[in-house]
Amino acid sequence: MSTKATPKRLVVDAKAISLTFETADGRVEALSNVGLQVAEGEFVSLIGPSGCGKTTMLRVIADLQQPTSGTLLVNGMTPENARLARSYGYVFQAPALFPWRTIEKNIKLPLEIMGFSENEQKIRAEHHLSMVNLKGFERKFPWQLSGGMQQRVSIARALSFDPAMLLMDEPFGALDEIVRDHLNEQLLWLWRSTKKTVLFVTHSIPEAVFLSTRIVVMSPRPGRIIDVIDCDFPPDRSLEIRETPEFLKIAQRVRNGLRAGHSYDE
Amino acid sequence: MTSSSLAPPARVPLLLRFGVVERYTPVATMVLALIAIWYVASVAMNWTLVRDGFEREETPYTFSDVLAGTMEAERPLLPAPHQVINAFVDGVFGYSPLAPRSLIYHSLVTLSATVLGFVLGALFGIALALLIVHSRVLERSLLPWIICSQMVPVLALAPIFIVVLGALGLQGLLPKSIISAYLCFFPIAIGMVKGFTSPDPLQIELMRTWSATPRQVLWKLRWPASVPYLFASLKVAITISLVGAIVAELPTGGEAGIGARLLSGSYYGQTVQLWAALVAAAVLASSLIALVGLAERGVNSRMGGH
Repeated sequence: MSTKATPKRLVVDAKAISLTFETADGRVEALSNVGLQVAEGEFVSLIGPSGCGKTTMLRVIADLQQPTSGTLLVNGMTPENARLARSYGYVFQAPALFPWRTIEKNIKLPLEIMGFSENEQKIRAEHHLSMVNLKGFERKFPWQLSGGMQQRVSIARALSFDPAMLLMDEPFGALDEIVRDHLNEQLLWLWRSTKKTVLFVTHSIPEAVFLSTRIVVMSPRPGRIIDVIDCDFPPDRSLEIRETPEFLKIAQRVRNGLRAGHSYDE
Repeated sequence: MTSSSLAPPARVPLLLRFGVVERYTPVATMVLALIAIWYVASVAMNWTLVRDGFEREETPYTFSDVLAGTMEAERPLLPAPHQVINAFVDGVFGYSPLAPRSLIYHSLVTLSATVLGFVLGALFGIALALLIVHSRVLERSLLPWIICSQMVPVLALAPIFIVVLGALGLQGLLPKSIISAYLCFFPIAIGMVKGFTSPDPLQIELMRTWSATPRQVLWKLRWPASVPYLFASLKVAITISLVGAIVAELPTGGEAGIGARLLSGSYYGQTVQLWAALVAAAVLASSLIALVGLAERGVNSRMGGH
């Protein structure tokens, strides 16, 4: 089942990205010669042990950090212009909601900043709250919600201004297994219904295999890509596919990649 | 099941039921103890004064005469609590509110200088904090001066301010307010620098991903995040502002205000008047703090506080 017949527009086109910085202990190569192409509508996971540069890569794409060398186009623009054009929504590991704002006003925050009309803000907040199944929580404050619900609010907030791409940095890393499974299913549904491009950083193998159309395996010191695995499970898959031989085969390949790139010295 | 467990519960006194006793007993005990100590101290401190008085007039006296005298002397070293309370109540209710002997009149004079100084100081402190937060250069150049400004004793500065501003034709309320503001901007500036830099780095980065302007970052993130720091420093500032206003009234020669009452009280040995003015200052300070606390509660509940 190959979709290579119609070449899709590239949302991320990174060539030979390197990023080094000086620390007290000397030079650190956070990214070394990383190339990555993400086409419209793909769900790409970056997986690897800590220090492999997966988060750094995401931050470079988001223009939160600048690479030392290499060329990078985001949505056909420089990363800075892409950020100014509001091409992506970013979801961090922590929900980072604004505690003095109600849930509804948290979702409206980027819309206020971007100058949407009051009416448009209301419609979008309502729409995206129902998309993450949080209708009825508009007037609650963040502390009244569980961690999983808060993270759903932050996903709704990232989607509210309809960006071309969703950048997610271990969004479910701080949640327990059951909540995580549930949110994985919800995210898959969101991806399918919004047709957004998603770039997803994780260190969980099952999560990456379950969600992705492509898995990029990275390795530390220096941060680099060591394997890219295509994954084409049916779009309406459920968590049960995690028991199937196909799933386990891909998971095994990811694990082998991680093992090969990992030094067990420490 | 025995019949006794079905009996209506024993009647608990109303006061005990709502925890009033548990809540107020410690405070009441403390107050009573202080008053008792105060009485003992005023008897001990005024004893020789009263006895010498009897001896000077060569009237025969007994132990109980002296004891009674210590608690109603006209110019005692330490007036007894009831004398202070009488003088305070008399000062508040005994005269028309604008009479020069009315404590309400003097309190209002001091209060207006305090409030104006507080507002000026708060605005100045917040403005300084904004400058410091937005520029490293300003942080390095301003902060040492701000700290230095607070090392000069205000008691020494106040007369200079009054004289200089008086020469410029400024008299009355404004010079006093400026001294108040001079004292109270400091905790606000320091507190707000802390407050403006309190947002989580993730929240700042989120604002960046949305390409928010610096002004949007200020109004939608830094300012609301600093509200708890604002109220903490406002509570400190309002009392300091009152102290500033009182100190500023001293070198004016004691025309009006709580500071003037304190000064004339100590000039003429009117210790009862002095203490009554002190009580007025304490009442004023407590009410101002309570007002700031009330404002804080209101703002907190609107900002989802719990």
